[in-house]
Amino acid sequence: MPKRKTIILMLLTFFLFAGVTPLAAQSVNFKNSIYNPGILKARDSRLKVKVGDLAPQFSLPAVGGKKISLKDFRGEKVVVLSFVPAAWTPVCSDQWPGYNIVEELFKEHDAILLGITVDNIPTLFSWTQQMGDLWFPVLSDFWPHGAAADSFGLLRGDGIAERALVIIDKAGVIRYLGVGDINVRPPLETLIKELQKLDHR
Amino acid sequence: MNKFKIIICALLISLLGCSSYLVAADKNILDVGNQLPLFSLSAPPDLKQCTYLGLQANQTFSLEQIKGEIVIIEIFSMYCPHCQKDAPAINELYTLIQNDPSLARRIKLIGIGAGNSTFEVDIFKNKYQVEFPLFADDDLSIHEKLGSVRTPYFIGICTQGQKKNRIFFSQLAGFAGARNFLDEILKQADCR
Repeated sequence: MPKRKTIILMLLTFFLFAGVTPLAAQSVNFKNSIYNPGILKARDSRLKVKVGDLAPQFSLPAVGGKKISLKDFRGEKVVVLSFVPAAWTPVCSDQWPGYNIVEELFKEHDAILLGITVDNIPTLFSWTQQMGDLWFPVLSDFWPHGAAADSFGLLRGDGIAERALVIIDKAGVIRYLGVGDINVRPPLETLIKELQKLDHR
Repeated sequence: MNKFKIIICALLISLLGCSSYLVAADKNILDVGNQLPLFSLSAPPDLKQCTYLGLQANQTFSLEQIKGEIVIIEIFSMYCPHCQKDAPAINELYTLIQNDPSLARRIKLIGIGAGNSTFEVDIFKNKYQVEFPLFADDDLSIHEKLGSVRTPYFIGICTQGQKKNRIFFSQLAGFAGARNFLDEILKQADCR
């Protein structure tokens, strides 16, 4: 089938070259230390939870030494989970520094943010050091590898997590599940609008 | 479709892919002496900022329509720690310029939020109380035209006469204080 081969060749060539164009502006902070994985398959997992379900429990080590459990916030805070695929990659490196300047917006909605990746603590320590002082905990879902991400159905076939935002209310119920294209940073307004919706419940 | 047409199609699509790669990889777009690639922006809804730029509210404009002789552009992002850290010093630069009537007439300062939505740009503006106009480039179209530079990036261009749109200053980060930066801009500005 020469025709099919040609079309496949066309598409491959296009994505090979077009695919390395960055999909987010990169800060000078990370200089040349960012690994560019190219364009990844937009989604590579199947959700195991839905809005209205009780969120799966997890207890994970945080950079700084604490162990943080989801149940710690039950009845106290709305919890926003920000799963990002991996440390030292382009879009992830410019996502949390943005959240770092909007602590007040989270506070307004009585919410706490937990950043989670499947990387180990030393990697997360080095990486988040480049972001300045983060006001929110960064958790390591390294071992058992990606277990927390997997309990939500957010672990991809290659062992990294999806780029996902999960909002869990004070009763521990999932109120929002935003799993977007892994290559694209979700606009902040989407998250804030979802937090606003919770205020009216 | 015959084989010949398929091959031509394959070549065209491949070239399209290659060209976007080459644009992204070209680090020389913003070299001093080059013409700044053309792009347009929407004038801010804020009347004070429109007056500052000499524009009508909400009109679409290109940089040469800005009232002044020099435009300093900061390519920033709400998500960039360095841009956050530099924000107070850039505000100081704006104040320095505005406090001197002759400089205020000559030099205008704008920011373009690479990959930032209007909401995100407003977060940055409110957080750091930025008084000069900031514009959203949410689809990164301007950022790509400017060579997908890292942030913060500073560009100085002439806006009038034969040197219209000519880049005379181009610098990645390294903002060494408002006074030093302004002195450097004035030293390098060769717009007449």
